[in-house]
Amino acid sequence: MTPTSNRWKRYADWDERPLRLDRFAAEDPANGFSAFTSPADPKPGLAISGGRVTALDGVLEHDFDMIDRFIARHHIDVGIAPEAMALDSKHVARMLVDMNVPRADLVRLAHGMTPAKLAEVVSHLNALEIAFAYSKMRARKTPGNQAHVTNAKDDPLQLAADAATAVAFGFDEIETTMRVSRNAWSNALACAVGGAVGRWGTLFQCSSEEAEELRIGMAGFTSYAETVSVYGTEKTFIDGDDTPWSKAFLAAAYASRGIKMRCTSGAGSELLMGFHEAKSLLYLEARCLCLQRGMGVQGTQNGGIDGAPLTATIPGGVRELMAENLIAVWLDLECASGNDARSTESEIRVGAKILPYLIAGSDLICSGFGSILKYDNSFNPSLLNGEELEDYLVLQRDFEADGGLTPLPEERALDLRSRAVEAVSAVFEELGLAAPTADMKQSVTVASGSDETRSFMPRDVSFISEAIKDKGITVIDVIKALARRGFRDEAENLLNVVKLRVSGDYLQTSAMIRNGRITSAVNDPNDYLGPGTGYRVSEERRQGINGIRDVLDQKEVLRSEAMHEKEESRRIRYRNAGAAGPSDDARDIVIGISPAFGVKLFQTTAGHRLSELLSVMMEAIRKRGLVPRIVRFRHTADTSFLGLSAAGLAGSGLGIGIQAKGTAVIHQRGRLPHNNLELFSNAPITMIDHYRALGANAAAYALGEMPEPVVVPQRGEAMGSRYHARTAMIYAIETGLTEEGATPELVEVSFAGARP
Amino acid sequence: MTRTRADYPLAETQPDDIIGTRGKRLSDITLDAVLAGGITMEDLRITPDALKAQAGISRDAGRPTLALNFERAAELVNVPQDFIMQVYELLRPGRAGSKQQILDAAATLRSVHGATRMADFVEEAAETYEARGLYTYRF
Repeated sequence: MTPTSNRWKRYADWDERPLRLDRFAAEDPANGFSAFTSPADPKPGLAISGGRVTALDGVLEHDFDMIDRFIARHHIDVGIAPEAMALDSKHVARMLVDMNVPRADLVRLAHGMTPAKLAEVVSHLNALEIAFAYSKMRARKTPGNQAHVTNAKDDPLQLAADAATAVAFGFDEIETTMRVSRNAWSNALACAVGGAVGRWGTLFQCSSEEAEELRIGMAGFTSYAETVSVYGTEKTFIDGDDTPWSKAFLAAAYASRGIKMRCTSGAGSELLMGFHEAKSLLYLEARCLCLQRGMGVQGTQNGGIDGAPLTATIPGGVRELMAENLIAVWLDLECASGNDARSTESEIRVGAKILPYLIAGSDLICSGFGSILKYDNSFNPSLLNGEELEDYLVLQRDFEADGGLTPLPEERALDLRSRAVEAVSAVFEELGLAAPTADMKQSVTVASGSDETRSFMPRDVSFISEAIKDKGITVIDVIKALARRGFRDEAENLLNVVKLRVSGDYLQTSAMIRNGRITSAVNDPNDYLGPGTGYRVSEERRQGINGIRDVLDQKEVLRSEAMHEKEESRRIRYRNAGAAGPSDDARDIVIGISPAFGVKLFQTTAGHRLSELLSVMMEAIRKRGLVPRIVRFRHTADTSFLGLSAAGLAGSGLGIGIQAKGTAVIHQRGRLPHNNLELFSNAPITMIDHYRALGANAAAYALGEMPEPVVVPQRGEAMGSRYHARTAMIYAIETGLTEEGATPELVEVSFAGARP
Repeated sequence: MTRTRADYPLAETQPDDIIGTRGKRLSDITLDAVLAGGITMEDLRITPDALKAQAGISRDAGRPTLALNFERAAELVNVPQDFIMQVYELLRPGRAGSKQQILDAAATLRSVHGATRMADFVEEAAETYEARGLYTYRF
């Protein structure tokens, strides 16, 4: 007996989808799996006595843990708190989405709100409202983006090439890290050099161990730091080997060295590290963010970060990530808004995740867009990676939204990569660090990823890295080496970045460099107050965003057709034989061709020659003893009317209508225009054999038979996205040749030379 | 003098008033000067004055906590890197075996480096760590 399935097989299909690789977790507040609220979350509350916070979110001063204590002393503005805490949370939520309430008013109130209050307010907003409020509340007006630049071999040549490429795509910051921690100095030098190719102003960080990272910064290779993590429970903080005070001390230390810094936090870290206190993700992150404001850091990297994949397993997790970003900007912090760790295997979930940020804008939309291939990302794959970068460019174009990137012409990319590889090689030689061979350089310049390179391996890099550190090489040495070897522009660019630290302007909130100038929340504040205000894509920027590659226009279509015209003229001749009238020959089948058929257009969208189409259809009709007659109609270009008009003239009452792009119909005299016998609407997948069968079926109908209709199988291809731009342009050429009341013309075709 | 948002960015509004540790003006730091050997990493460091100016700008922009951080940072500019790393290490959980160790570091910041704000801040940490029992062995 044949085994029968007792399962709807659609589930088996679904099993095969990438989505099913994602795992989902049940909501379970007691075990920390809760996005927005948990029974263990405190109610918002604040007591002040003698200018001092004596109770915070239900905890009395005596019982404050480190985090409460730090927030009470350094975040809460006791002058504002009574007013802010007394406001109804739902009312404040409405203020966040009210375009008439200025951002500054809300920022002021946030200075007086406790973590539980901030969390409660944003919990009232749905996903759309959160995105809108984010757009209104983010600190700097102009959006930006950050890239990861790493590779699986820590290869400095590739780092330089990839840094240069990332800079050219428009990333405002690049971040590297290593496979092997002792390679930090080499990574830093290579990215600093690569990031100075093409233009200046891209800030750069090398994520490494806290003390080492600061040393690398002091040697001048890096310009900012962001992996200064904070956590929302005391025990997690301690396991993270820091306290609010040690991190705040580090914040001051970075500023004292003129290095920009932001903290990192995000939902799920406490849950991953095992000390969540059964609190919701949002409440814990609100604590982190109040801490950060209290520490006096200019900004944060949040939105899950390493915890984003875990957060996305929880109901409402992705909405929570947006909500925590909102709290960050509401607290007036620069926000590098996550969208880095890849939280799903589903491309649909990836696209959905990024969209609100793309259209709302963010200081740094991704705090690590993987500009390199997934396997080269030493942080782990990002939400978006080198593989998907062009998808992102198209999303910008689709929504006319500024995601911070600009398409990069292929030749320019290659030039920049080559220049970067030569520059870093020159520095290595000048400083006696290494001597890359021509083959190493060439392999890196053209490589999409490190699988394709024949260059330095991690062990080689360790020697380079330790030499940089041991010799006490600084950015000054690198600048000199570049200039000595003719890389003067790069030397100048690198010097400009290091010079930023002297005035410290880029230490202010949300600072980046655009066109050689500091752009921050101080001189480019978000002034959104409704349509026509805030950030708008300028016409110039719009043109930049639109400049993706391989864009079709009518000139291109005509150029392509002209190429085929010559070939077709050797195969077929169309001779106008005067007006075509009705026939009373029962064997007569009319093939009605469109105005531009063989005149301006010569191939179907599937790429078949029109001569071949006509030839096989005519042959199939003749095979059944019938007589094909070709008539050109110029009063219409529409398939149905071509077919019906053809049938009207045919002695058999059977006509075929066919457009140059290959769309065809079998029609019969007396039927309604769109009630045809057979329609061949998917020209891009209609093959020569289908046209042959079409001819045969037309003949069969003429002979009074009932043939099996020709079915052109389709597999769900997105025909419209693939062909409609071209189709519309082609069809415009057809309709451009129509003429009202034009009489049908008899066309005699003769096939010349080798039969197609 | 207290700077405000109107002075921002300092590098553009007053490049000649930004003077480095060794007396170099921002406008003196050029590639040619670097190649001539006249520029060292010391000239590429921020100064306490620049940080205080940035603090003024932050405060004017409604960011008092950021201003305080810049003011603490201004006090650390001339503190040697090794001592900075030493204090940072001491502030990490479990590094200090007693409150006194941290208080000693605060005293050095105050008396040797004139870092009074930072010293207050470190003393606050010492109290907190005591209250939260952080003077325990971790590894």
